[in-house]
Amino acid sequence: MEKKCGVRELWVLFWTFAKMGVMTFGGGMAMLPILQREVVDSKGWATEEELTDYYAIGQCTPGIIAVNTATFIGQKYGGVPGGIVSTLGVVFPSLVIISILAGLISNFADLAWVKNAFAGIQVCVCVLIFNAVWKLLKKSVADKRTAAIFVLVLLGGTFLKLSPVWFVLLAALSGIVLKNLEEKR
Amino acid sequence: MIYVKLFWEFFKTGLFAVGGGMATLPFLQAIGENSGWYSYTDLMNMLAVSESTPGPIGINMATYVGFTVAGIPGAVTATIGEVTPSIIVILIVAAILNSFRDNKYVNRAFYGLRPASTGLIGAACVAVILEVLTAVQLVSPEGSLIKGLVLPSAGGLLNWPGLALAGLLLVLTNWVKPVKNWHPIVFIAFSAVIGVVFHFAGV
Repeated sequence: MEKKCGVRELWVLFWTFAKMGVMTFGGGMAMLPILQREVVDSKGWATEEELTDYYAIGQCTPGIIAVNTATFIGQKYGGVPGGIVSTLGVVFPSLVIISILAGLISNFADLAWVKNAFAGIQVCVCVLIFNAVWKLLKKSVADKRTAAIFVLVLLGGTFLKLSPVWFVLLAALSGIVLKNLEEKR
Repeated sequence: MIYVKLFWEFFKTGLFAVGGGMATLPFLQAIGENSGWYSYTDLMNMLAVSESTPGPIGINMATYVGFTVAGIPGAVTATIGEVTPSIIVILIVAAILNSFRDNKYVNRAFYGLRPASTGLIGAACVAVILEVLTAVQLVSPEGSLIKGLVLPSAGGLLNWPGLALAGLLLVLTNWVKPVKNWHPIVFIAFSAVIGVVFHFAGV
């Protein structure tokens, strides 16, 4: 299934995904309709079903969803180099735009109105994070045991000075253990 | 040497943050706490800018944090660090696609991982709310594993103007049609204006 992919094809992959990087405004979800149009309809790099699969796997593997999906499509079209080039394409616009903005903002950070604006924005960010947690809760907490895991990690994450890595590893392990116990019963 | 540390921290973030851009937030908080590279408040400003600019939020945040720590080379290092595990994991998964999808241990691990990922973001949310909307501080004494809450010795406990704005935004983003479906950038811009008009930073 791995096609021969020359420099020209890799270049096309890079620019197509760079374009998608610019158009993805917000979370990975915003990317799906754009992916459908570019990858399935216009370029024919993957079928609708494959795209749905990649997207689903991209959500449940570690890392940024947009990057995971891009790597998947890229490797399908152009093997390992294709996967790497597509990912570089997706992150390229962010690197340029954020570096410029970060430089600008640090120059104006001491102005009174900029401070006030960011103080207002911080309140909004609180609400946006809260909404994200609320939305995720409905999807990830299905029964008493998943509710218990959520509460334990919430408390542990708040009051323990422990890397999130440990919570992730422990939770994966307890998922396996709990489901195995359920099977034995 | 800072680039090696930056790469490693973001490599870990990319490897263990499951569930997209927001899931990297607790990791970025932990990095800031341990390295002293940036504060909670800095991180929140970066998150706001990341939500309001083109590109996936997770990548924007990695770039911004990297830039804050070590300029443009830092931005590139952090971003490459964060996507490297993705590339490795996806290339492996792609090779064993069908057995991965149907593997019962993968599914069982995710049964535990999903609520834990939400819990971690929830904890980040608690820290951020305490920081922005109250004067209560979460502190961890040197060498202690447990963090404690410290009440302010003087002054108000709650940031009332902030709470009022938060309440208004909560209603607008969840219950008011069609406003609730608007892009976050609208609410961020609105909050910036409110912040300027009502002198939210007190200056």
